[in-house]
Amino acid sequence: MNKRTLEENIFKILMMISISLVVGSLIIIVALVIINGAPALSLDLLTQTSSGEFYLGAGGGGILNAIVGSLLLALPATGLACLIGIAIALYLQKDFIHSWLAGFIRFSLDILWGIPSIIYGVFCFLIMIYLGMSASVMFGIIALTLLEIPIITRYMDESIKLVPIGLKEGAYSLGSTKFETAVKVVPRQALPGILAGILLGLGRGIGDAASILFTAGFTNRIPSSIYDSTAALPTMIFQLSTSSLPVVRQKASATALVLLIIVFTISILSRTLSKRYMKHVIK
Amino acid sequence: MSTESRIQIETKNLNVSFHDHVVLQNIDIKIPAKKLTAIIGPSGCGKTTLLKSFNRLLEIQDDVKIAGQILVDGKNILRPHLDVPDIRKKMGLLSQKPYPLPMSIRDNVAYGLRIHSNKNKDEIEKTVEHCLQEVGLWNEVKGRLHDPASQLSVGQQQRLCLARAIAVEPEVVLCDEPTSALDPLAAQQIEKLLLKLKKDYTVVLVTHTLRQAKRVADYVIFLYFGMVIEQGPADIFFNNPKNPETKAYLSGEIS
Amino acid sequence: MNRRKLRDFLGTKLMLVVTVAVSLLFFSIFFLLLFKSLLIFEQHSLTEILFSSSWNPGFNQFGLYPIIVGTILVTGIALIIAVPISILSAVYIAEYAPKKVRKVIRPFIDVLAGVPSVVYGLCALLFLVPFVKDVVAPWFGIETTGYCILTASITLAIMVFPIIISLCVESFHAIPLSLREASLSVGATKWETVKKVIFRASAPSVISAVFLGFGRAFGETIAVNMVVGGITRTPSTLFSPGQTLASLIVSAYSDMMSSPLYESALMMVALILFIVVLLFNIFGIFVLRRANKRWNV
Repeated sequence: MNKRTLEENIFKILMMISISLVVGSLIIIVALVIINGAPALSLDLLTQTSSGEFYLGAGGGGILNAIVGSLLLALPATGLACLIGIAIALYLQKDFIHSWLAGFIRFSLDILWGIPSIIYGVFCFLIMIYLGMSASVMFGIIALTLLEIPIITRYMDESIKLVPIGLKEGAYSLGSTKFETAVKVVPRQALPGILAGILLGLGRGIGDAASILFTAGFTNRIPSSIYDSTAALPTMIFQLSTSSLPVVRQKASATALVLLIIVFTISILSRTLSKRYMKHVIK
Repeated sequence: MSTESRIQIETKNLNVSFHDHVVLQNIDIKIPAKKLTAIIGPSGCGKTTLLKSFNRLLEIQDDVKIAGQILVDGKNILRPHLDVPDIRKKMGLLSQKPYPLPMSIRDNVAYGLRIHSNKNKDEIEKTVEHCLQEVGLWNEVKGRLHDPASQLSVGQQQRLCLARAIAVEPEVVLCDEPTSALDPLAAQQIEKLLLKLKKDYTVVLVTHTLRQAKRVADYVIFLYFGMVIEQGPADIFFNNPKNPETKAYLSGEIS
Repeated sequence: MNRRKLRDFLGTKLMLVVTVAVSLLFFSIFFLLLFKSLLIFEQHSLTEILFSSSWNPGFNQFGLYPIIVGTILVTGIALIIAVPISILSAVYIAEYAPKKVRKVIRPFIDVLAGVPSVVYGLCALLFLVPFVKDVVAPWFGIETTGYCILTASITLAIMVFPIIISLCVESFHAIPLSLREASLSVGATKWETVKKVIFRASAPSVISAVFLGFGRAFGETIAVNMVVGGITRTPSTLFSPGQTLASLIVSAYSDMMSSPLYESALMMVALILFIVVLLFNIFGIFVLRRANKRWNV
């Protein structure tokens, strides 16, 4: 074997090691959560709200409050982000706006995407304090909305950009206005990408802890109004994992298992949905 | 075919398919050494695929199946456990659009040399100059050898790619419609170069313009829907085609 | 017709308002954080804040030095681990892996990117902390609780794998096949082509991927908070506990309302975090856009 092949083979081995580390770490993560969490997973855990003892040892209820809380935070937040996102994404089309301005807005959205979620949490916390209010479902939703807007908008924008100009011309030539074309024709063509973006945003929102830690607070009850504070799955995991008791940590893993199942379902759903709606799309 | 020239490349029952779609079927051709062989045919008939099978470039794409034999100097290059880079070194490639490597003009030509030989700096410098002179680029670029190759015009880039190919002293130069992206003047320069090159190299030229094939080819292979319809010396092929499809193609009825 | 026009007009204006509001979001975040941190700047000089090593809010001491060192160490080591592994993995996926393997690995990487950070933190807690405590540290003859800089770095490294990998794979795919052919046809091996052509052609995208990965690691809060130890002392070894900027905000938020100065100090931490991540992201996105233009993607 000459020097050139030797070098190539060494790097091939390094590549195999690297990719095994990456894939291995995901397998370890999933395995850890399943092995530690599955024994603690029970119907009671899923259907009861937690009580004080829940964090101190075995028993003491379940995580229903966190499951409900997560849904109450992430679903409305995704809905709001979706409305705002679609408005921006449609507006960013060439028909409405100068391309340099569109470029600037895309740039700022990309930057917002990269901002750590803790910053959104702090930002909403400051507004909350300024308004003299306390941690609640409402501010949790606002924080998650801000977090999801850049993701959802950029996804929608990218898929709308791919809508062929001929389709728009077709709509215009039938007498549609810019607004009608933007709202009625374009989204249909871009639907797979839009759906993928929404689900990606939902996945990000439902899994984020740092932004809702101060804004949504934490409680053992299921919130009865948007002014109540609420637990959520990520914050519940965070709370439970601070305990040094193995029993409590098992509950943290079980909660993580529930969260992972939700996140993976969303991810699989996103793939299959965007594949299914692909067939309505003119290529 | 004239008996005086030896066979450089020969295929035996070559079949190629992409994603289970057959592109080349039962190809049996002979390409003479130190001649210019033109592969002609309508677009999408598998010319480029055939060309790239000669230096095993097809296999870097997904889902390619290659069966049969390709003999280069009598040895099958499809046999396993072969030093593929070594085969490719023997076969220079000039692609449809020029693709200069993302480095300086000089480094583009020196790229292959540095990989293959232990030449010192001066020798490399000399070879670079020689190759650039061969392709008529030296006078145009000698003052700016360290500029990025992408700053050259498209025609110059294509000649640079040719210089890069011949720097590693190949036996064959494979050309995949090398003039299709160029303006007429630059195209003419390349054509002239190809005619000059065939003294020292076996040149295989894929082209979809019949006129170009008539101007430069010694030997012609006509592909149609992935099959070889007719092959033979250029004068016989153009003046006295045997196959009705060849006649139709030459008269412009199919394109 | 008039109703149609009115609806068009209102709809378009509404879209404009929403767009402007969101574009202004990061200015509002910046100015709000800046405004909130003014108080601390009135009482302490910037050099004192950045270079004093005593963080003791109860005694009116707000030296961020140990936390800044902790942040740089945690993020830096995370990248030192993540960058080579991610780039090599990306090369494998884009250039070497057979199609079947590629089809399985790409979704795998996407899934890894979707795992919530708190789950990474939990797994680090369950596995890495004891691993570092019982296996890694004894190798070096050091005693540690496992809650330390190194554990946080490894956790972060795993979190940024998917970011760097998918951006690199994308940029490798954007390089035209013909450029590879050009290199291979002069007899270069695949690795030589990767090393001398692919890396060079995609250098800007790879650099920007590293920058975006840095931004993610620098701002990661929850997972780091769970394993870094949370001690505001300048770490002496990689096995010492430490604290990072983002993680400090979470650790301190429950008592930050105790004094306006403390609150202001934490807002300044958030401001630093915001500015650093912003700069790195701006640079990363800027380089990436220039890179994409080169291949007309």
